[in-house]
Amino acid sequence: MRFSKDHEWVKVEGGIATVGITTYAQEQLGDVVFVELPAVGKKVKAGEEAAVVESVKAASEVYAPISGEVTEVNAALADTPALVNEDAEGKGWFMKLKLADMKELDALMDAAAYKTFIEGLH
Amino acid sequence: MRYLPLTPDDRREMLGAIGAASVRDLFKDVPAKVWQSRPVDLPMHLGELEVDRALSAMAAKNIASGQVPSFLGAGAYKHHVPSSVDHLIQRGEFLTAYTPYQPEIAQGTLQMLFEFQTQVALVTGMDVANASMYDGSTATAEAVMMAGRVTRRNRAVLSGGLHPQYRDIVETHGKYGGFKVESLNPDPEGKEDAAAKLGDDVSCVVVQYPSFFGHVRDLKPLAEACHAKGALLVVVTTEIVSLGALESPGAMGADIVAAEGQSIGNGLNYGGPYVGLFATREKFVRQMPGRLSGQTVDGDGRRGWVLTLSTREQHIRREKATSNICTNAGLCALAFCIHMTLLGEAGLKRLAAINHAKAVQLADKLAGVPGVSVVNQSFFNEFTVKLPKPAAGVVDRLAAKRILAGVPVSRLVPGDKDLANLLLVAATEITTDQDMDALVVALREDLR
Amino acid sequence: MSDWSKAVSAGFKPDGTVTTGNRGLQMEEALSFEQDAPGRTGVDLPEPPKVKDRLGGLARKGAIGLPGLSEPQVVRHFTRLSQKNYAIDAGLYPLGSCTMKHNPRLNEKMARLPGFGDLHPLAPESAVQGALELLDQLAHWLKTLTNMPAVALSPAAGAHGELCGMLCIKAALEAKGENRHRVLVPESAHGTNPATAAAIGFTVEAVPAKANGKVDVEAFKAKLGPDVAAIMITNPNTCGIFETEISALADAVHAIGGYLYCDGANFNAIVGRVRPGDLGVDAMHINLHKTFSTPHGGGGPGSGPVVLSAALAPYAPLPLTVHGKDGFKVIETTPASGEGAKALGRLKVFHGQMGMFVRALSYMMSHGADGLAQVAEDAVLNANYVLARCKDLMTPAFDGYCMHEALFDDRFLKDTGVTTLDFAKALIDAGYHPMTVYFPLIVHGAMLVEPTETESKDALDAFIATLRALAEKAKVDAQHFADAPKLTPRRRLDETGAARKPVLRWRPETVQSQAAE
Repeated sequence: MRFSKDHEWVKVEGGIATVGITTYAQEQLGDVVFVELPAVGKKVKAGEEAAVVESVKAASEVYAPISGEVTEVNAALADTPALVNEDAEGKGWFMKLKLADMKELDALMDAAAYKTFIEGLH
Repeated sequence: MRYLPLTPDDRREMLGAIGAASVRDLFKDVPAKVWQSRPVDLPMHLGELEVDRALSAMAAKNIASGQVPSFLGAGAYKHHVPSSVDHLIQRGEFLTAYTPYQPEIAQGTLQMLFEFQTQVALVTGMDVANASMYDGSTATAEAVMMAGRVTRRNRAVLSGGLHPQYRDIVETHGKYGGFKVESLNPDPEGKEDAAAKLGDDVSCVVVQYPSFFGHVRDLKPLAEACHAKGALLVVVTTEIVSLGALESPGAMGADIVAAEGQSIGNGLNYGGPYVGLFATREKFVRQMPGRLSGQTVDGDGRRGWVLTLSTREQHIRREKATSNICTNAGLCALAFCIHMTLLGEAGLKRLAAINHAKAVQLADKLAGVPGVSVVNQSFFNEFTVKLPKPAAGVVDRLAAKRILAGVPVSRLVPGDKDLANLLLVAATEITTDQDMDALVVALREDLR
Repeated sequence: MSDWSKAVSAGFKPDGTVTTGNRGLQMEEALSFEQDAPGRTGVDLPEPPKVKDRLGGLARKGAIGLPGLSEPQVVRHFTRLSQKNYAIDAGLYPLGSCTMKHNPRLNEKMARLPGFGDLHPLAPESAVQGALELLDQLAHWLKTLTNMPAVALSPAAGAHGELCGMLCIKAALEAKGENRHRVLVPESAHGTNPATAAAIGFTVEAVPAKANGKVDVEAFKAKLGPDVAAIMITNPNTCGIFETEISALADAVHAIGGYLYCDGANFNAIVGRVRPGDLGVDAMHINLHKTFSTPHGGGGPGSGPVVLSAALAPYAPLPLTVHGKDGFKVIETTPASGEGAKALGRLKVFHGQMGMFVRALSYMMSHGADGLAQVAEDAVLNANYVLARCKDLMTPAFDGYCMHEALFDDRFLKDTGVTTLDFAKALIDAGYHPMTVYFPLIVHGAMLVEPTETESKDALDAFIATLRALAEKAKVDAQHFADAPKLTPRRRLDETGAARKPVLRWRPETVQSQAAE
């Protein structure tokens, strides 16, 4: 798993990247009430807004950590946005992207680096 | 001074507790050169009696609509508001409460807003409504911006039947908010073909129903045309009582309704404060601006209400035209809600029927005046008459005789000679036979 | 039996009292929609005259769905609802930045004079000279109090006024052929400031404050350049502190050809004593519903006129009230030349929130120049009194005196298990609306207390005693705060549930049960 500075995670399996927001991010947001997901087929570039996650207190853009084409979105989030709070880095995934450029992953942090990063935020 | 409870002794004691020598010390961050040590150049304080006299004298220089025969409309309408409304809105718990951010001690406001939202949704025939906006004109601008967000397109088409000042406001927002606005020419005959202006870049078509000139047209064909092209239909209503007699915008396919609620519960007040009504379809609810009261339960499982979906309000999303105009009309929404609750189904329908009947009677009488013709085939309680000379002059001369004859179209659309002789005339349940006859007599004389 | 009666009879957890759910004077009240009797109405209207309709074949078919209640039921319904609200009339309302001062009833009477309340906005000019005179008078008071040469009256509320002021700045720059796109704001700015700027196409940059809570003028200067359109500032700022160096900031932004916008939300601290025009401000919105006592009405209506410098005045939106040779005139469509020719456009139909203008002018005339200066002084004295008498138990965010509002942070709650939110909810049970919480964002767990000048010393002492008692109690009984409020018509409500599955209207088919799901 790799992590971005905007608190997104990416997990790649066979050219398909699953993307979501981190456990830290959902803690900061509070109870997630709604997730606005992109259309399947949309092409996103790394750093572009790909989704919006709304909690009771805030609405935050979710940026694509890597470039690609949206192949699937997590339909379960429509009925159960709480999944993002319960299991942000698992069942609370947002979308799957067909990876455009594997090299983009190098720019992201690994788990240890991300842990250090969030500790430094306080 | 009657509103300031602190006594000199209080101030001394408080300064002592603070440890400051004088109140000026508390302002030590204020540079001396900008501190006004003497009162600014304005009158000194006055008691209630003096203020009352001064403002009453000012008010007496105006001609109130209830004092004389009055046929003014064009976006504000005089109706009878039942006595209970004004008593109830002046209860301190309504008048002097703040926005219901602490729901446990604001259930009165929140429940009322939930009822208000329901009333607006029902009357407009839409799925969901918000807790009100400033007025119909700003609600219309908000509707156009919402259509832009929903469709991700940036050209709005405005009907020539839209209130000219409403049009001006949308154009101002477009100019500075980065979207194009195409305004059709004024449509006094009610015959324009707005659908012809649809294109792949059009976010919405905005029509007024009944139109500024009073026409009532079936919006279903336009709604279908819009949807076929991926655009939204925004319907604007400036006389909300009309929906007690007319098919609702929702039933005809409207996507957003932006309306003025002033006619219900709220007096003329020389133009404000009024109450904007905003309603839309379920699927667009998260794109809707404004406050929303949502039903929920408390810790004991009891039903209650809270402000909800509020992250849209102060959300800073630079790429999209964000609305910051999100406060609601509070007390005006309450007045609307109370009046509508008093009317109920039967009352609103009958009120609307009376309004239309009065307008029909008036139209027939005016059509009998030589030189005067009624332009409209259809109308609710306001219609356009064509005079044989400029309407503005007629109105001014009749005002000198204490008759408020209507609104000359040229007042809102100056410099168009095709419109100069047109007069908008409104009748409501207030209008008596004597009022109508007085207008007819005065017009006959003026046009001789 | 209606759905409501069934629900009540089925009972819920009412604290062991009768099944109506009523507790003494705390009444349960159903929705009006649940009290419907078809055909019933609370108004008596005559039979409509018989005419052939001209509704274009679009007569409404079918029911609208509104409930029918009689007048006694309606009066009782809304009376009961009102009793569930806290209000200024009932108690101290220490909401920082909101200026919850007493709402004089004389103002209500003046607004209801038929010559104002029953006046149509498009009556001929000859019929509205008194209204135009009032607009002129109000403008005079606002301009004199601020020492600014012009004022745009039409914005309907504070945020609308911010939009107006920033649009004037944008229009002025465009008239000079300049396309500046940056706006600088302090980090502590209220959310509407950057939102407004962004909504009209500016990019917003936040500049951190100094440790003492004031703007860092050097940091601002470092970011200035020929592409900066404006600095937006609040003075006194959102921490309740007067920006001593605001004139230096004004000079700096003027030097590069930009403008200074001032958010006037905190004008109550300085009204009658400091004039924003003397500080170099180019545009400032004034909240008539804050400083000038027009009632908050449960969320509105407000009014946000914007005072403008000479540079910005030509761009003020329509309409304008001007002196003609035969009396007052209204300019409501853009003329080819003269006054109003450069108006940026229109932001609101008709003339603005006239009902609030009448109330505000009545307030201003009642206080006079002397009274208004006293307002600012008493407002600042009251806030400092609360600060001084609480600072040993609560933690002020900044040292020194405050202006009209006192800002605390949550350090005094550290290790207690009590959050700022919990503290606020416990204050409710003690009989007070909470202070503003979690704003400004730059202070952790912020609590912003603004008593206003219309609170007596007795009222302040009672409030202070309550704050002190709660601050002590937080050290020993976190559960009291977590459970709060317990004594109110409703306990804490499920806001997450409300947002996840929005129920925004009553529907006939839903059984409105009071039982927990």
